[in-house]
Amino acid sequence: MQNVLPRLGWAALAVLGACSLAVVALSRGETINALWIVIAAVSVYLIGYRFYARFLAHTVVGVDPNRMTPAYRYNDGLDYVPTNKNILYGHHFAAIAGAGPLVGPVLAAQMGYLPGMLWILAGVIFAGAVQDFMVLFISTRRDGRSLGDLIKSELGPIPGVIALFGTFMIMVIILAVLALIVVKALTDSPWGSFTVAATIPIAIFMGIYLRFIRPGRILEISVLGFVLLMAAIIFGGDVAASPTWGPMFTFDGKQLTWMLIGYGFIASVLPVWLLLAPRDYLSTFLKIGTILGLAIGIAFVAPQLQMPALTQFVDGTGPAWSGNLFPFLFITIACGAVSGFHALISSGTTPKLIESEKHLAFIGYGGMLMESFVAIMALVAASCVDPGVYFAMNSPLAVLGPTAETAAHTISQWGFVITPDVLAQTAADIGEKSVIARAGGAPTLAVGMAHILHQAIGGKAMMAFWYHFAILFEALFILTAVDAGTRAGRFMLQDLLGTFVPSFKRTESLVANLIATALCVAAWGYFLYQGVVDPLGGINTLWPLFGVANQMLAAVALTLATVVLFKMKRQRYAWTTILPTVWLLACTLTAGWQKIFSANPKVGFLSHAAKFSDAIARNEILAPAKTMAQMQQIVFNDYVDATLSGVFIFVVIAVLLFGIRSCMKALQEQRPTVRESEYVPVGEAAGA
Amino acid sequence: MFNDLARMGQYLGQAARALVGLPDYDTYVQHMRTTHPDRTPMTYEEFFRERQEARYSGGAGKCC
Repeated sequence: MQNVLPRLGWAALAVLGACSLAVVALSRGETINALWIVIAAVSVYLIGYRFYARFLAHTVVGVDPNRMTPAYRYNDGLDYVPTNKNILYGHHFAAIAGAGPLVGPVLAAQMGYLPGMLWILAGVIFAGAVQDFMVLFISTRRDGRSLGDLIKSELGPIPGVIALFGTFMIMVIILAVLALIVVKALTDSPWGSFTVAATIPIAIFMGIYLRFIRPGRILEISVLGFVLLMAAIIFGGDVAASPTWGPMFTFDGKQLTWMLIGYGFIASVLPVWLLLAPRDYLSTFLKIGTILGLAIGIAFVAPQLQMPALTQFVDGTGPAWSGNLFPFLFITIACGAVSGFHALISSGTTPKLIESEKHLAFIGYGGMLMESFVAIMALVAASCVDPGVYFAMNSPLAVLGPTAETAAHTISQWGFVITPDVLAQTAADIGEKSVIARAGGAPTLAVGMAHILHQAIGGKAMMAFWYHFAILFEALFILTAVDAGTRAGRFMLQDLLGTFVPSFKRTESLVANLIATALCVAAWGYFLYQGVVDPLGGINTLWPLFGVANQMLAAVALTLATVVLFKMKRQRYAWTTILPTVWLLACTLTAGWQKIFSANPKVGFLSHAAKFSDAIARNEILAPAKTMAQMQQIVFNDYVDATLSGVFIFVVIAVLLFGIRSCMKALQEQRPTVRESEYVPVGEAAGA
Repeated sequence: MFNDLARMGQYLGQAARALVGLPDYDTYVQHMRTTHPDRTPMTYEEFFRERQEARYSGGAGKCC
């Protein structure tokens, strides 16, 4: 009898989830309530966690609660600390959650909400959460070592170096694309620019307070910082309206690009306590708070989805990004379904804090489920926006034409009826001059969030506040990522250059520091600038590159997990990691190949370059270029992007081949050949 | 009742600090007392600075 009740409960949940999915999938021609998506997603997560995560933990890898974790073995109260599992869950989630799961689903909504939703759910259960869990498990069994180290010791030194180099390139693309999102959100938006600029003095004030006035009181100063931030948003409205101050904070894309590049350089050479750390506190708390607030807001408001389940753009002709549903949808939604970058976090601080191996599934698998839920909320927010407004915001100016009238006309012809008045009214509601051609995901998400949150708190009058709150919330943690990422890139670069010029390795040397930082900023600044001047909006080019890179890193991490399973002599369960690896390889290699060789100049870099080279040969200038030099620049950029795609393909194939070799070797062995750290049972003295 | 509230506040504070990568100071002090009674533990201010430096100087792991 005792067993029956829980089983009935799970069966009921399964039925509820299936019904919700049916409602979502089968409704055609009428709008559905967002709650159906939320219920379907939560049911899938609970069932996936209860059954698949448990299967992975107990059957596939065989977690051992009697095995002492690094947190106990090396307990120093600092880096290695056994941590309560709920507290650690928060720590891990805060480290993996970023702008990725918010932006990808917004862009994917151009095909309708259904394809994106299905991939977010299937991807997280069978790929993303599996990867996070497996890497966390592997690292925890090996003293919490990093992904690069793990690949080196399990696959060999050469794939280790290749993977590290790949990681650096991925980092550059991520920083460029994140910075591009900020540029796109702040262009011609004095309100947004003012509030984001205000975070710098606020953070510096917090930093000084934490260093000298009341050292280490993080929580009280974060509350104060939050109040100042809200004041900056409210005051930003007056700044934007002021005839003297408004123009001073109105910047075009190029100006913002140079400011961000300058900012990235200065911020990453300043001491961490002054700017980076305090802003990280602020952005982390704001991020967690906003995610919770949005979840409550969606449950409370229960908005109707305006976007159809499927749009005609599943054929690959969409204005926000080009390419067919396969493979590009699976590239566009990166972090919410599966994200290679999480492998770096799962082999970073978290494994050093795990109290017991029985928590691994909760932290690793469960943490990623929460990230996926954030992606579902972003999809809901984007789908609540009037599709006409959505396409006006996400299509490039080159397609929409110069005015609200031409934009409304173009979009109405696509079948999403909209009038110029509605576009103007939307802009007025959110306190902006225009909503046209604001690609990049952040502004659309902000409109969606404002749409949901103003119904919960404040009404129409608060809509502009909520819009700029959402922009600030994204810009804040993107700037933190730019700053921290530049620093991390600088260390990687110093390490890399140090092998040729030993003096570069000295991280305390100011000259080496400045040179490496400058190189790192120049690398992402180059791609950022290229994206900003791109007439198709930049996101078109950079986001797929980012997606390909990120998913390829996931394929690399899953290859590592497969090798470890073979070496543990658990190859009969290796399908759990092989299937997602194969799927990710199919998506990323196809996408990478198409980005280089597709005959469609909208998709393929080489055919785009050829189109412009031919024009140069004919002495003709194609829009957006205005001079021959710009024409040559475009061709050059195309070759750089094509080369980069080629490098990514090389990295992933090289690691894959080394992985297959390691698996074959492991198969021939009679015994497990994994290199785990020594087994110490729980209860024995550390280091004994 | 007040004990419970105080405990809950402590727990929430600890959770909030863990979000930004600051481990629990009391746990650290206790660890030092039991395993290294010969050494003086850092003060909270020193501990805070040490952790801040350690978290960000190596290039913090931040996700996209």
